[in-house]
Amino acid sequence: MQIAFLSWGAARRLLALAIPFIACATLSFAERASSSEQPVDASAQGTSASQAAISLPSGQAGMLNVVVLDPAHGGVDYGARGTEGVRESEVVMEFAVQVRRALESQGFQVVQTRLGNEDPTFDERSAVANAQQGAVFVTLHVASTGLPGTARVYVNEDLAVEPDVTRLIPWERAQAPFLSLSRKLGDLVQGQLAQRFKGSPGSEQSAAVRQLRTTAAPAIAVEISSVTVENRNDLDRMAPGVADAIAKGVAAFKPSYVVAGTAGVKP
Amino acid sequence: MIIGLAFVVGAAAIYLPALRRHVKRTAKLVQQTEEQARRELTQALSPTPTGPRVKTKLFWASGTEGPRLAAVTVELPLADDPVLRAKQVLNTLLAGPVDSDLRTLPPDAALLEFYLLPDGTGIADFSEALGTSIPSGIDSEQLAVDSITRTLEANVPQVQRLKILIHGQEVDTLAGHLDLTETFVVNTKPASAPAVKPAKAG
Repeated sequence: MQIAFLSWGAARRLLALAIPFIACATLSFAERASSSEQPVDASAQGTSASQAAISLPSGQAGMLNVVVLDPAHGGVDYGARGTEGVRESEVVMEFAVQVRRALESQGFQVVQTRLGNEDPTFDERSAVANAQQGAVFVTLHVASTGLPGTARVYVNEDLAVEPDVTRLIPWERAQAPFLSLSRKLGDLVQGQLAQRFKGSPGSEQSAAVRQLRTTAAPAIAVEISSVTVENRNDLDRMAPGVADAIAKGVAAFKPSYVVAGTAGVKP
Repeated sequence: MIIGLAFVVGAAAIYLPALRRHVKRTAKLVQQTEEQARRELTQALSPTPTGPRVKTKLFWASGTEGPRLAAVTVELPLADDPVLRAKQVLNTLLAGPVDSDLRTLPPDAALLEFYLLPDGTGIADFSEALGTSIPSGIDSEQLAVDSITRTLEANVPQVQRLKILIHGQEVDTLAGHLDLTETFVVNTKPASAPAVKPAKAG
């Protein structure tokens, strides 16, 4: 699978092209449109319904079919580090292998923001997701704190978007129209994690996660506790459960996410 | 000639040690970091209120499985001025609780300056240690910011939003996760002067 790393300028241009579609995709979900011909209240999102007529690039049109998986950090950025030499950037890469396998077994196409020890910027990682249509974004983290053996799902805090004359979603606020979808996805994945890891919260939590803010898709951060484990195997043993929980959560979310321009499904 | 030479040598013997001490002192001052200088300046400008002691809520980690933060009430001689008041409560928060395990902020972090804009935006400028010494992670970074915002909310109602700077600069994240490019909501209620309730004697 080819992964496109985009420059900042290219990413912005790409998002500018994609934004009208993004806005309508959100509307489509919000209004539970049952037909592609059904008009949407474009004024609410500041775009016209006709702008949604952008063909889907690949996959099953109109449905969630792509998961952008983001193993956080990388390169010289190790992320959280434990006293026993556990590095967040390495653990999340190994978790990503299992998460990817579990998602693919559910029929999803998986695109990773990094496959090796690179360290793409926050915007480059977001650009991978923003270039997709009908995708969700999952960023993987390992904490320095928290009860060992637990996992938490975060969605971005509320983001205010001031309507402007361009009627475009600013890159810096790309997550704003997707927050309700992100919360739904987060609750579904967190519910699955809570079943597998005792002591984990029952529902998603809000946090100002930088990576999520510029992502124009339903987006969650999954954080495992923690790098402070004395034995790295304690973390590794969590990987299959985390992978299964994410895959099942995303699969449960799939009927809720209806991309504009195609027939919708009422949940 | 010989007398003149002896005078010069004598003068040099007296002057040179003094010059050496002066150079050493100067070198020591140069070694002092800009941050230390700012911290000293800030401390010099900090008030030493002598007013009545006020019950002050500080939010540190709860250490329980319930809410992550717990309010601890202490009595402080808080200033009426919101900027001075914010400095006082944040410095006390940074000093940490009795149980160091319940700290939310690194012990070596310092508040360099606090500003309050007319629109209610507070700007807290912390030393680099806030980002470099804090445990990295969404959980720990959010807890740190929540402890700051909730402490300000409880004690300085004039602060509506908070912007966090690190050593005078805007940074992308606190320690790799939490977004510091935005402001954090502190208080959604209209600003009003703090009700100063003196603590009961004894």
